Amino acid sequence: MSFLSIIRRRLIFLVFVVFGVTVVTFVISHMIPGDPARMMAGDRATNEIVENMRRQLGLDQPLWRQYVTYIGQVAQGDFGISIRTQRPVIDDIKRFFPATIELALAALIFAVAVGIPLGVLSAVAKDRWIDQISRTISVTGISTPAFWLGLLLIYLFYGRLGILPGSGRLASGIAPPTTITGFYTVDSLLTFNWPALRSSLIHLILPALTLGFVHLGIVTRQIRSAMLEVLQEDYVRTARASGLPRRTVLFGHALRNALIPSVTMIGLAFGDLLYGAVLTETVFAWPGMGNYVVQSITALDFPAIMGFTVVASTAYVLLNLSVDLVYMWLDPQIREVS
Amino acid sequence: MSLESAEAEGTTPARSSSGVGYLWYQLRRSPLTMVGLGIIVVVLFIMVAAPWIAPYNPDKLDLLHRLAAPSLAHFFGTDEVGRDIFSRVLWGARTSVTVGLAIVAISMGFGTVIGAFSGLVGGRVDTLIMRFMDVVLSFPSFVMAMALAAALGPNLINAMLAIAVVRIPFYVRLARGQALSLRSKPYVKAAMSFGAPRVQIMRRHIMPNAMAPIIVQATLDIGLAILTASALSFIGLGAQQPTAEWGAMVATGRDYLLDQWWYPTFPGLAILITAVGFNLLGDGLRDMFDPRMRGR
Repeated sequence: MSFLSIIRRRLIFLVFVVFGVTVVTFVISHMIPGDPARMMAGDRATNEIVENMRRQLGLDQPLWRQYVTYIGQVAQGDFGISIRTQRPVIDDIKRFFPATIELALAALIFAVAVGIPLGVLSAVAKDRWIDQISRTISVTGISTPAFWLGLLLIYLFYGRLGILPGSGRLASGIAPPTTITGFYTVDSLLTFNWPALRSSLIHLILPALTLGFVHLGIVTRQIRSAMLEVLQEDYVRTARASGLPRRTVLFGHALRNALIPSVTMIGLAFGDLLYGAVLTETVFAWPGMGNYVVQSITALDFPAIMGFTVVASTAYVLLNLSVDLVYMWLDPQIREVS
Repeated sequence: MSLESAEAEGTTPARSSSGVGYLWYQLRRSPLTMVGLGIIVVVLFIMVAAPWIAPYNPDKLDLLHRLAAPSLAHFFGTDEVGRDIFSRVLWGARTSVTVGLAIVAISMGFGTVIGAFSGLVGGRVDTLIMRFMDVVLSFPSFVMAMALAAALGPNLINAMLAIAVVRIPFYVRLARGQALSLRSKPYVKAAMSFGAPRVQIMRRHIMPNAMAPIIVQATLDIGLAILTASALSFIGLGAQQPTAEWGAMVATGRDYLLDQWWYPTFPGLAILITAVGFNLLGDGLRDMFDPRMRGR
């Protein structure tokens, strides 16, 4: 099957997924108990005002018509007005999304930078003490409640040692850098804003460690098992037998091939990181999508919940698609067949 | 993994050993798996014995001893209304672990039935079910569980149902794959051609081989389920006060973090240890049942 036909099939699937997501979130958000019209109008509003509000929000229409209206708007990138922030949901998403991506990327970098060497070491020294330590780390990683780890880190580095901030993206006295990418670290670097760069980096450390630790376990485990598989291959044995230096065999032959199956997993892990961000952001008051959606749920703000879910799911499916394409491109066997 | 193939490698005791004996033999060979099993046995014991081993009533207020530091009288200290945190952690095992087990039981039960049905029926019904599951699997599952739990109303039962529902498709896929591959396995066909009774084929060849990966997945899932349920409780969508539930205790303890570190720390530690137990056991079982992982 060629690249193009795979892309075409996956894009058609994407349409189905987005359709499914909108239907499910629409139904869910209308099951949420409570009356958004009354919430928006306030406690002291008369029934008449509440009715007006209901009409204004389109809540007096039959459900299917509300859905049709909604899907028409979504197609144009309009997710309605957030009940809680009173701003267009799409604007809120644009504002909070970069913070989440920045956090997830930082976490992924941490997980990969530590996880790959650890996984390689673990495979090479199979069943020795370093392997036991690395397996213990990876099992602890996937078993740790992220919200709890975040609290412990805040207690230790902010409360006890006082060397790292415990919440937010920047110190309170520092203005955010000019928006270019929405990532504070990148933007402050591009605008040579050193105080903002320093502050955004130190604010990123604890949340990224918290979020990354869980995925460190997943990456280590994946690299370990891929390496173990590759190390038994004939070409690795041949390379060894022909007297190539151990390093060359390990990194030039084995790791390169072990990374191929790992790409998929690491890519998928990035999707999970986006959702893991929900808890981490809550603990660190990180102004990202996770925090936004938790507050929206508490406030029964369904335009915001639906907007978030639709955007997040679409991003997730697109991410999976690109991961698969990268995988196909990396694997010569698949590349040559197509 | 089957007995026969293991014997061929000379890694197993005499053939006369029973299935359970063999399982036990394999378990003992892996120290980490034994640690996992040990943790689970202790946690299950605590679950059952909580009323007898907890030094205090978990709901008893003691306003004179609020937020007391850990001591011999209160191993894990006390909370903001003077309840004994150690006793609440012990009792919390009942809530948190039961919820985890229930989530997996529900998702495994429904998923396996739907998946096996889909695989055996085949054709359009199968395609339709699987495409639907693909769509559901593309949803961000934690966010879906959050939205569902919020919609159903924030309490522990609803959080449990929400998590179980979003986990069903994983088992559907697994069970369907098993049903499909086992139908055409040479040893199943061979047994049929020898005229073995169907019941015997089902019992000896299909069931043990179909259930192994599902049980492994379920064991690994219990840890995840406990983590997810406690996460929902942490953001206020699961167990509500005054229920002794680990995630909810961490959530309340969060307000006291900087001055009373022990309050959120011990309930969270309980979640971690329990999840480690199930993950270690699940890992060990997977290595045992997956022939490719053997000897690694």
